[in-house]
Amino acid sequence: MDLTLKIWRQKDSKSKGGFKTYHVKDISPDASFLEMLDILNEELIHKGEMPVNFDNDCREGICGACSLYVNGRPHGPDSAITICQVHMRKFKDGSTVTIEPWRSRAFPVISDLMVDRSAFDRIIQAGGYISVSTGGVPDANEIPINKMKADEAMDAAACIGCGACVATCKNASAMLFVSAKVSQLALLPQGQIEAKRRVQKMVKQMDYEGFGNCTNTGACEAECPKEIKLTNIARMNREFIGAKLGAQKMKL
Amino acid sequence: MSNYTLHYSSITKKIIMSLVGLFLITFLFLHLGINLTLLEKFRPGGSTDTFNIAAHFMGTNIVIKVFEVVLFGGFLIHILFGLILQIQNWMARPARYKIEGWSHTSPFSKFMIHTGALIFIFLVIHLLDFYFKAKVFGDIGSVTIDGKEYHDMGALVLAKFQSIGFVIFYVVLFIFLGFHLHHAFQSAFQTLGLNHSKYTPFIKGLSTIISIILPVGYAIIPLVIYFNS
Ligand code: HEM
Ligand code: FES
Repeated sequence: MDLTLKIWRQKDSKSKGGFKTYHVKDISPDASFLEMLDILNEELIHKGEMPVNFDNDCREGICGACSLYVNGRPHGPDSAITICQVHMRKFKDGSTVTIEPWRSRAFPVISDLMVDRSAFDRIIQAGGYISVSTGGVPDANEIPINKMKADEAMDAAACIGCGACVATCKNASAMLFVSAKVSQLALLPQGQIEAKRRVQKMVKQMDYEGFGNCTNTGACEAECPKEIKLTNIARMNREFIGAKLGAQKMKL
Repeated sequence: MSNYTLHYSSITKKIIMSLVGLFLITFLFLHLGINLTLLEKFRPGGSTDTFNIAAHFMGTNIVIKVFEVVLFGGFLIHILFGLILQIQNWMARPARYKIEGWSHTSPFSKFMIHTGALIFIFLVIHLLDFYFKAKVFGDIGSVTIDGKEYHDMGALVLAKFQSIGFVIFYVVLFIFLGFHLHHAFQSAFQTLGLNHSKYTPFIKGLSTIISIILPVGYAIIPLVIYFNS
């Protein structure tokens, strides 16, 4: 396959970037999208040019590192998949592929297609955990858990924190991510102990990072590689209202 | 710059907006009910008396008077928060994409600020033409019904809708109101955290129904008046 690539190039966070056009030839339809970029980078290195920077790690759809906005869609032309798992056969031979970084004030570009997603880490640090005092290991089946709840928690926990929800949202809102992280704990007894503080702190941090506000458009759900559901956002709002109205006044 | 304007969190602002929005929708139903009494005029031997008495009640009853203040405040809060949220949303993506969003979900949700702005323009014109005309400028005739004197709101409305331009303006704006409501009603429930595997599909259906019933109900009145005179 021969392709024309329009790729966002930006030296560092300070410089002004722009699109550059590249041509790649004889790409196997069975190559992955990132392998195609590897091939391009090999050529650039041979020519003595700077290779294109892009995040990636596991290349099997589980780590959430890869983050490319391809032809107007985060993670490219397929649904429920990360870009590292997309194969070149999903593209037409001879077509033009436009590759951009995630665009959000809260995700500043580090270089080329690589953005700084540490805002997500800070949201998790604000409360996306449970505090466990060490001691003897409790029996796994000691606490009864409703199977449906356990499944919902598991589905929410499938979020890999890639940021595609922010990238696709017309408001660059992080509500789907934050709500998945709130939900995976709020649904389980171990998580409920700190739930009231958690939701308030995580929402506060989310706002502080400068993400937009949710308008219930649903693009995030449609584009999420792990198919995280909008119901999580409703659950987070429910948790938030409950905490604001019902919990004692607390310093966040 | 953070998303912490006005001290309220993003979710709190949206919750206030959605509660006010739902209140505004109940008002739209009440207002429509009163408007529809005008149609009595077009029955054989009908008059605008019921409408005038209803309008008088709305203008003088103490409970309604209190709610009038709540209503104006509600509109202001809804508009103010809507604007703040929207401006924050624009600021949240300073650099735009070369190829804009592919996602085809929920088209009306993408134009809430635009349909909202149109509704606002409509509101201003509508209030100047009817509400302020009667209340503030006192520029209105009177009728006597059963020995009591009333403002002749009915005659004012009938006179206004003689002009085709005015009728078209109203009908078109009701369509945009429908677009706003189509997303708004069900969105308010999601915002309030009221999502349920059994009831959410029903709420979404209801949202569609409301977004048709209200505009059609409102549009009938200017159309009937225009084509019957
Ligand atoms: C009859 C008048 C109106 C009614 C009944 C109404 C109702 C609603 C409702 C129920 C929502 C959903 C809230 C949510 O999703 O949480 C909404 C959203 C919205 N409204 Fe209105 N509205 C009206 C007029 C206006 C006006 C005049 C404006 C602005 C100038 C406006 C701007 C907005 C915006 C921007 C949203 C989206 C907010 C968001 O999703 O973040 N609306 N409206
Ligand atoms: S590289 Fe790990 S999910 Fe794509």
